[in-house]
Amino acid sequence: MGIADRLIEDVGLRGGVSKLTPEQIQKTVNAVISGETGAKLKAYAETCMRCGLCAQACHFSQSHPDDPSYTPAAKVQATMGVLLKTGGKVSPEFIYGMAQLAYTECNLCRRCVHYCPIGIDTGYIMSTVRRICHKLGVTPQYIQDTAHSHSATFNQMWVKDDEWTDTLMWQEDEAREEFPGLRIPLDKEGADIYYSVIAPEPKFRTQLIYQAAAIMHAAGVDWTMPSEPGWDNSDMCMFTGDFEMMGRLKRKHFESAQKLKVKRIVMGECGHAFRSVYDMGNRWVAWKMYPVPVIHSIEFFWELMKQGKIKLAKKYPGPVTVHDPCNVVRGRGHHEKLRELVRFLVDGPIIETASNREHNICCTAGGGVINCGPPFKNVRLDGSKAKAEELRATGVKTIVAPCHNCHGGLEDTVHRYKLDMHIKFLGDIIYECMEKPS
Amino acid sequence: MHPPALWDWESGQRVILASMERPENVAWLEEYHISPDGERVAVLASLEEGGFTALVNGEAWENPFEKAWCPRFSPDGRFTAIVQQDGMWTLAVDGEAWEESFDFMWSTQFAPEGEAIAACIQSGGEYGLCIDGVTWETLYENASQCVLSADGKASAAVVQLAQLKPADIEAFKKGVYGVAVNGQSWDANFMNCWTPAFDAKGEHVAAQVRLNLYDYSIAVDGKTWNEIYGCVWEPRFNPATGKVVAPVRLNGRWGLAQDGQIIWEPRFGQCWQQIFSPDGKNIAAIVAPDFGKFTVAVNGKAWGVTFPVVTDLVICREGATVAALGCVDNADWQVLVNGRAWAGVWDMAWKPVISQVGGHVAAKVSKGKRQTIVVDGRAFAREFDQVFDPTFSPDGKKLLIRGIDKGSVVRIVADVAQA
Ligand code: SF4
Ligand code: SF4
Repeated sequence: MGIADRLIEDVGLRGGVSKLTPEQIQKTVNAVISGETGAKLKAYAETCMRCGLCAQACHFSQSHPDDPSYTPAAKVQATMGVLLKTGGKVSPEFIYGMAQLAYTECNLCRRCVHYCPIGIDTGYIMSTVRRICHKLGVTPQYIQDTAHSHSATFNQMWVKDDEWTDTLMWQEDEAREEFPGLRIPLDKEGADIYYSVIAPEPKFRTQLIYQAAAIMHAAGVDWTMPSEPGWDNSDMCMFTGDFEMMGRLKRKHFESAQKLKVKRIVMGECGHAFRSVYDMGNRWVAWKMYPVPVIHSIEFFWELMKQGKIKLAKKYPGPVTVHDPCNVVRGRGHHEKLRELVRFLVDGPIIETASNREHNICCTAGGGVINCGPPFKNVRLDGSKAKAEELRATGVKTIVAPCHNCHGGLEDTVHRYKLDMHIKFLGDIIYECMEKPS
Repeated sequence: MHPPALWDWESGQRVILASMERPENVAWLEEYHISPDGERVAVLASLEEGGFTALVNGEAWENPFEKAWCPRFSPDGRFTAIVQQDGMWTLAVDGEAWEESFDFMWSTQFAPEGEAIAACIQSGGEYGLCIDGVTWETLYENASQCVLSADGKASAAVVQLAQLKPADIEAFKKGVYGVAVNGQSWDANFMNCWTPAFDAKGEHVAAQVRLNLYDYSIAVDGKTWNEIYGCVWEPRFNPATGKVVAPVRLNGRWGLAQDGQIIWEPRFGQCWQQIFSPDGKNIAAIVAPDFGKFTVAVNGKAWGVTFPVVTDLVICREGATVAALGCVDNADWQVLVNGRAWAGVWDMAWKPVISQVGGHVAAKVSKGKRQTIVVDGRAFAREFDQVFDPTFSPDGKKLLIRGIDKGSVVRIVADVAQA
């Protein structure tokens, strides 16, 4: 089997491919490979020993044990390997399959790097394949629409400027019923904390804004949220391969915080955005590190706990298991802080999944895969079988997952594999259990 | 107008507000704002019985509103807030609400050299601008990034020209964005438009445009430059010549182009926020000569001093003084003037100001919980709980310092030579 045997119709991929010519493909492939990649890429593709160790690393290959085409090495060979071997002389139909594979069968989770004896970074190679696909205009419809939203509104869900502030005010009003005097301070210059979120929060998960405001209020944090674009820290352009737009988004985000002269940005429970702010987006802009420190909610809540600023009225009934989001755990090393915090919040043990901490298995939604939308939902859920089995083996009812994408992905996984589990953000648990000042 | 020439420049200190205590009928006070001339201090107040008002020098506005936000002083010292009445939003200027009201209003703007006040509005799901209570005749599917010309007589925004169906990527690629000037959209549509900017006279508008997913350029009054770039940033008009200058990216490096011609070779890892001296003879921009190293370039020549991050670039009238801020980890901030970093290292620093005469530079800075002003490299003798940006007198000899300390608001005029 190979990608050509499992092609799925997608408006974006089909529309893009229909406009391609072999000459244009070759030119674009070579322009990206020679202009934007280093020796690293070639070395990766050429030094693979086909030892097969990465097969155990990837949840896609674990979930399809009888189909070697899902292994990281095979995915590289079927995409970048062919481009390098042919010098980009490939057909539009090949590009269709290559794009489908790169956008929907790899979460860029980088688990396989840890298993490869020579450190081949399949996630990086797939990112480069996606960059080529973006340059060719062959991207899945739904994630491309998200990229369009980013470019037009600076957030990923077409939230208009008034809708954003109106939502914050609405959440502030609601929260004031429970916490008189609570504020979501807008544009407060010089605040300690600039709180940034991703667009699904104002769009669908407004309770997360409510909860964050409640926690900030109870902990006495000097914080603010901006009333104008820049508030969305997310970055699907990083995943479509539109690096120019990725840089534009990061500039907007950081300048919004710099304008308010805040000390730090705290970001809500999102994983991929973290990769964009401290690794990919900032670097495209030429900032070596983030220009304003960005603290993920895991670390922020952990700090509040250590400072005694979160007081619990009760503990959340355990046992629970913890899902480690790739970008903040493998990427940033927050796994122990996450566990310390969960132990503080939960009455009962953490039952670990077989793969945990920096060896976690991806939720299979990450890397923009879930954002490719309904056409590829089954690809994603077939690929999450390995994760589902590990979750089932814990025997617990609650999964703590401090990431939006992971939530979305795990909800589908729980449903598909009938796991009878529910998924909680850290903010859900803290809000539920904290002492509420009146 | 109330230009600095008319302000009180008598040396000494005056208390503007002696008590900042919360009045009994007030549930909480929000953040303090102070007029540019330092004579008026205002704060939004949430009332115990519900609703909001503003206290200006301690006096409440005559009528309260259901809600109030976006508190800002105009350059001529009027206190404005976006307010809600009967569920509809409008702007209150010194407590007087505009007659027209909207479903939502945000982003108050002031003409830098005029009296106009504008804000973005949404009415019945349509978007546009309202200037001094008068709304654009044509409203749009969306409008954002609004700007006013220097004299406030013209306004512009990026507008969405057609509705998009959910996930309609082909319609988006055809280009549904444009720029509307005084409510009239350009006769051109683009995939994206960003950061419209007026020329000095308010007659022309330039904006960044994306022609397709990959090609970027600059459009002036709807006409796109012939040249295409890998990326661009905000265009600015030369105030003297009217030429348009924008950062452009070619082969992965950034430089500056003027009316489509390269004027700074693309050799920087980054280049943005270019500014002109008002005589139009000098251009300065924030640049990154190398990855992770930022500085300022003046007329294409980069300063030797570099920081991981450089912000808040300013230039004086004849271009003789250029100042900016450099920082490490958003924590160790230094003021940079003409290629040299001042010795003081601060937890935070604010945009420097340059005197119109004499080339003096001052900036608000903070350390720990205290704030002060640095002038020509020296810290002012007094610290405050909070200080606002300083202003030089037109002759450059005095400095206005507006601060809050020990529960009162003070206005200090100091001699620059002794500050
Ligand atoms: S999904 Fe993760 S483990 Fe699998 S190939 Fe991609 S980066 Fe490697
Ligand atoms: S583990 Fe590394 S060397 Fe072995 S097959 Fe996978 S990519 Fe190739």
